Amino acid sequence: MFTNILIWFVVIPVIMMIGLGLCRNSGMKAIRAVMVVGSTALLALAIWLCVQFLQLRAAGVDDEMLFTGSWLWYAPLNIHLAVGVDGISVLMLMLSAIIVFAGTFASWKITPLPKNFFLWFCLLSTGVFGFFISIDMFTMFMFYEVALIPMYLLIGVWGTGRKEYSAMKLTLMLMGGSAFLMLGLLGIYWHSAPEGGQCTWNILEISHNASIDASWQYMLFCFTFVGFGVLGAMFPFHTWSPDGHACAPTAVSMLHAGVLMKLGGYGCFRIAIFLLPQAANELAWIFIILTGISIVYGAFSACVQTDLKYINAYSSVSHCGMVLFAILMLNTTAMTGAILQMLSHGLMTALFFALIGMIYGRTHTRDIRQMGGLMKIMPYLGVCYMIAGFASLGLPGLSGFVAEMTIFFGSFQNADLFHRVFVICATASIVITAVYILRVVGKLLLGPVQDKHHLELTDATWWERFSTVTLIVCIAGIGCFPNWINETIQHSFVPIINAIQAAV
Amino acid sequence: MGITLPILILAIPVAMFLILGIGGVFMSRKTAGVLGILGMGTTMTLAYIVAFTYFFSGSPEFIVEGVRQQVQLFDVTWLAFTQKLVVNIGFILDPISAMMLVVITTISFMVHLYSWGYMEHEPGFQRYYAFLSLFSFSMLGLVVATNIFQMYIFWELVGVSSYLLIGFFYKLPSAVSASKKAFIVTRFADLGFLIGILVLSYYSESFNFITLTHNPESVLMSTGGATFMGCSALTWAMVLIFVGGMGKSAMMPLHIWLPDAMEGPTPVSALIHAATMVVAGVYLVARMFPLYCVVDASLTFVTCVGAITAFYAAVVACTQLDIKRVLAFSTISQIAFMMVSLGVAYDRPIEGIHYTGLGYMAGMFHLFTHAMFKALLFLGAGALIHAVHSNNYTKMGGLRKYMPITHLTFLIGCLAIAGIWPFSGFFSKDEMLAAMFANHWFWGAWMTMVAGLTAFYMFRLYYLIFWWDENPEYAEHRPHDAPWQMSVPLIFLAAVSCVAGFIPFGELVTWNGEPYHIHIEGAVAATSLTVAVLAIALATVMYRKKNEWPARVKNMWPGLWTAAYHRFYWDEIYMFITHKIIFGGICRSIAWFDRHVIDGAMNGMAWITQKTSFAIRGMQSGQIQAYVLWYFLGALLLAAVTWLALI
Amino acid sequence: MDLSMLWYLVPSVVMLACGVYGFVTRKNLIAILISLELILNSADLNFVVFNRYLFPDMMEGMVFTLFSIAIAAAETAVAIAIIINVYRAVGATDINIVNKMKH
Repeated sequence: MFTNILIWFVVIPVIMMIGLGLCRNSGMKAIRAVMVVGSTALLALAIWLCVQFLQLRAAGVDDEMLFTGSWLWYAPLNIHLAVGVDGISVLMLMLSAIIVFAGTFASWKITPLPKNFFLWFCLLSTGVFGFFISIDMFTMFMFYEVALIPMYLLIGVWGTGRKEYSAMKLTLMLMGGSAFLMLGLLGIYWHSAPEGGQCTWNILEISHNASIDASWQYMLFCFTFVGFGVLGAMFPFHTWSPDGHACAPTAVSMLHAGVLMKLGGYGCFRIAIFLLPQAANELAWIFIILTGISIVYGAFSACVQTDLKYINAYSSVSHCGMVLFAILMLNTTAMTGAILQMLSHGLMTALFFALIGMIYGRTHTRDIRQMGGLMKIMPYLGVCYMIAGFASLGLPGLSGFVAEMTIFFGSFQNADLFHRVFVICATASIVITAVYILRVVGKLLLGPVQDKHHLELTDATWWERFSTVTLIVCIAGIGCFPNWINETIQHSFVPIINAIQAAV
Repeated sequence: MGITLPILILAIPVAMFLILGIGGVFMSRKTAGVLGILGMGTTMTLAYIVAFTYFFSGSPEFIVEGVRQQVQLFDVTWLAFTQKLVVNIGFILDPISAMMLVVITTISFMVHLYSWGYMEHEPGFQRYYAFLSLFSFSMLGLVVATNIFQMYIFWELVGVSSYLLIGFFYKLPSAVSASKKAFIVTRFADLGFLIGILVLSYYSESFNFITLTHNPESVLMSTGGATFMGCSALTWAMVLIFVGGMGKSAMMPLHIWLPDAMEGPTPVSALIHAATMVVAGVYLVARMFPLYCVVDASLTFVTCVGAITAFYAAVVACTQLDIKRVLAFSTISQIAFMMVSLGVAYDRPIEGIHYTGLGYMAGMFHLFTHAMFKALLFLGAGALIHAVHSNNYTKMGGLRKYMPITHLTFLIGCLAIAGIWPFSGFFSKDEMLAAMFANHWFWGAWMTMVAGLTAFYMFRLYYLIFWWDENPEYAEHRPHDAPWQMSVPLIFLAAVSCVAGFIPFGELVTWNGEPYHIHIEGAVAATSLTVAVLAIALATVMYRKKNEWPARVKNMWPGLWTAAYHRFYWDEIYMFITHKIIFGGICRSIAWFDRHVIDGAMNGMAWITQKTSFAIRGMQSGQIQAYVLWYFLGALLLAAVTWLALI
Repeated sequence: MDLSMLWYLVPSVVMLACGVYGFVTRKNLIAILISLELILNSADLNFVVFNRYLFPDMMEGMVFTLFSIAIAAAETAVAIAIIINVYRAVGATDINIVNKMKH
């Protein structure tokens, strides 16, 4: 079992948790050492996996999933711990590893209870990594829950502002989503055996064998899509996101917006669309309307917010709406764009939240009306914030542009008027994004200094620089050389697109 | 030609940007300045080599039987959307891109040099040079784009460079808001551009300019008669793409950002907002010209927008006080001139389709000459501002004695833009007017009138700065000519403006690569010269010495004057739309809706749950006796039910 | 006279009803405890009776009753101990007064 490389993505965080458990409560150095070693190991593992994966693909290994493995867990319900990755999961693992790595450095000085904070943080990462390596719906769901629950404590204990309210709201709304999801998954499970054979949770087996009845597909599609859509901040189930992000501590915002929200999008295409293609073809229009609203609605809402985190949370609603929107376009290019957008949004929002945390740690306010001219005072953070902003508004050379353009060009392949109208609305969001990003940049970084006390503030420390540089390099890397990622993703979409087209 | 030179032309500026941007903080000003200037100088030399090889080597790679070819020096895949829609990054060499290489690198180099003097005492000198390099890179990438998507990529990059440079003095709120405005307005236009590309590429299944323009009819066929609101899909695509050009080139009604963009440092205005970036729209239309020709409705649209803008901007320019604003409106007007010239280049079909191509050549010619003399005028204005420390000409007057070099070069610029023989503007403007008259007398007459207005407001500006009445403040703060770094570019550009008209431009740059022999049309030349001279004479009478005439004219039509002074209230209209309607109306109501309706629904659910649990919590009294009672009652009930079920 | 099962079950039911009534209505903890004993005893009686009449060759009911009696004794001891402690702490055995743990 441990010879499978993928298992280690779950094992390493668990080892980290054990290591943290051995540390003393106040032993900050030991805690940091465990976290840095662990997250570096995860990053190295992710890079190694990526290289291995690309080599295997280059060598012509054409299986749907690589590095597969399956171990029986609970026989009566045929639950396995089944793992396997395609190009998309590899990239998602990579993204998670990068953000865990950057998040470790961004929470270098977390107080109080650093040990407990990192314990929950590791548990959250276990859930995230476990989700992306699983190809068994049940274990996938389990890891999904493992990732959600720590969020409650992380926000409730280490957060700021109305943290109890936000933590509760976030957890309850996401749990509500999970309830729908569980129904959907159970439905798929009970219909996964074509002629009374053994039911299965394995996604690959279901996609090969099952032919779920159309009427069932409609219902199950709605359940699973809404279930994952809640986590993907789909209108009107998005309100956990602004409050949750606003109150969460830096690293948690990073991990949540950067990775956890991607679980939603990932689940949507891996389960809702891949396993229920007929319903996806028929019912996509409902969710196109909802996600189309998300895109424009989130962007407009962001324009009038005054709290930095609220702005980014609404911007996440808009950008994650774009992910789901593109997935629903049901063609390779748009769906590839969706994955690119997940990566791009993950990195860029993580950077945003890291920077906001750093700025907040200095100024003790997130209200843009009380800040100004920070570029002069902390040029490094200012420049990073601008880069994050430019990535967000889709500047060529940074990741956001590549993702958005792929989405727009992919979506435009659907030639009917309905799709066209929504695509053009979605396109309009690039202008609104520019408006709110430049508004923030103008108020926060440029102009005269608002508060004389801010003049004494210092620029970034080395760990903050390390954290941000990691993210910026990745953002610029995707933005400048997108094609290898693009090809990897496109290749991985072949079975899904085939399933969709077969169901038309 | 190999790929080394073209790659270097793009790589050196971007390398300079990274070196100066990341390493700038560790450098002295001098190192940064020298590095920037040397980098740009090298790029300029390389660009000259490439352009001259293209035009004059006569190599069969570039010219076949007297027809100049479009050559892709390299074209590598950057991103593959689908099998067919592949975005490449490449380097196209054809008459217009070679010409633009020369224009951009020359002006950019001059501005680099000039800035060394102009920006000497400003903080953030290294950053400034980094941004200049970024802009040069983006602009070069834009003109050598082999496909429309590459153009869009660099189009956005020049937009952001422009944003960064306009907001260079980022502590001034006015600079911040001007940069924001510039970015958002052009972004809005780019939305049109993007949708245009989406439509065009969907039907034609290609981004590549050569594929698109070599067979425009097949592109038209590929749309398969798809129409939307009465216009063909291709018309829509071309008009939308032109909207992008309208934004960058500040055509009405998207012109509002350019006058505000003058908040940036003056050399930046010379480089970006006069000579290079703002002509990107013209370049775009020129690049896609064959496609515009097959859907002539879009070309008519270009003409109309250009004609209206040219007149509007010229009228406004007559009333502005800020010398940079006058130049900004003059730029808008001149670019509109080029647009009209391109718009009329399509002859109405008499026997089948044929193109005259005169307007195209003339537009490009004017682009070239205008870049030189407008950069000259802006740099001259920079020298004036440097000396007087104000943008406002009421602080100037009588400066000819104090600043002879600036005076002479500025005069040359004014003569060139007014279209006086033998300065460069005369030749290009004459060709453009000839093309307009050839299309329809109305366009010719209209634009001749604009040309007259141009001569008038430029000389108004000239007289108010250098003649009129001396500012008494000179006594305490005597203005003087600029240092050599600033004078050299002025003299160089003035010299170019004197001789550029004699370049046989028609032999070099035409729409289809075949040479066009320029011949001055006597009647048109005489008309435009007469109009220009009359306008200059009028300006001389009104503004040479301090007198009552200007005030009297102003009082004659006070309403018109005020409206023109306020730029016909376009900014106020936009302010109303953006602030009151979009921000106040849409954004606020959506935010309210989110907080109160959607969040309210969520909180409402929580509230209902809580209330319900409070309501039924009385049952949980903690009294075992009560529980036992309930239990036995339940047991009795069960027993009763069972008994009833059994009998 | 041959006694049928009914002769035993009726007193058992009466005992149960008395016990329940006492348990619900009495306020004194000791009285409640006594009522509880009544309920338990009625259940024990049922066990014995059912065992004797329905399964005469088996012993489970008898054994179970013995268990029950033993446990009831233990329970009573614990309950009395608690009640005495409560009385010492609060000074009353009335359940309307001993309600501190309710909220």
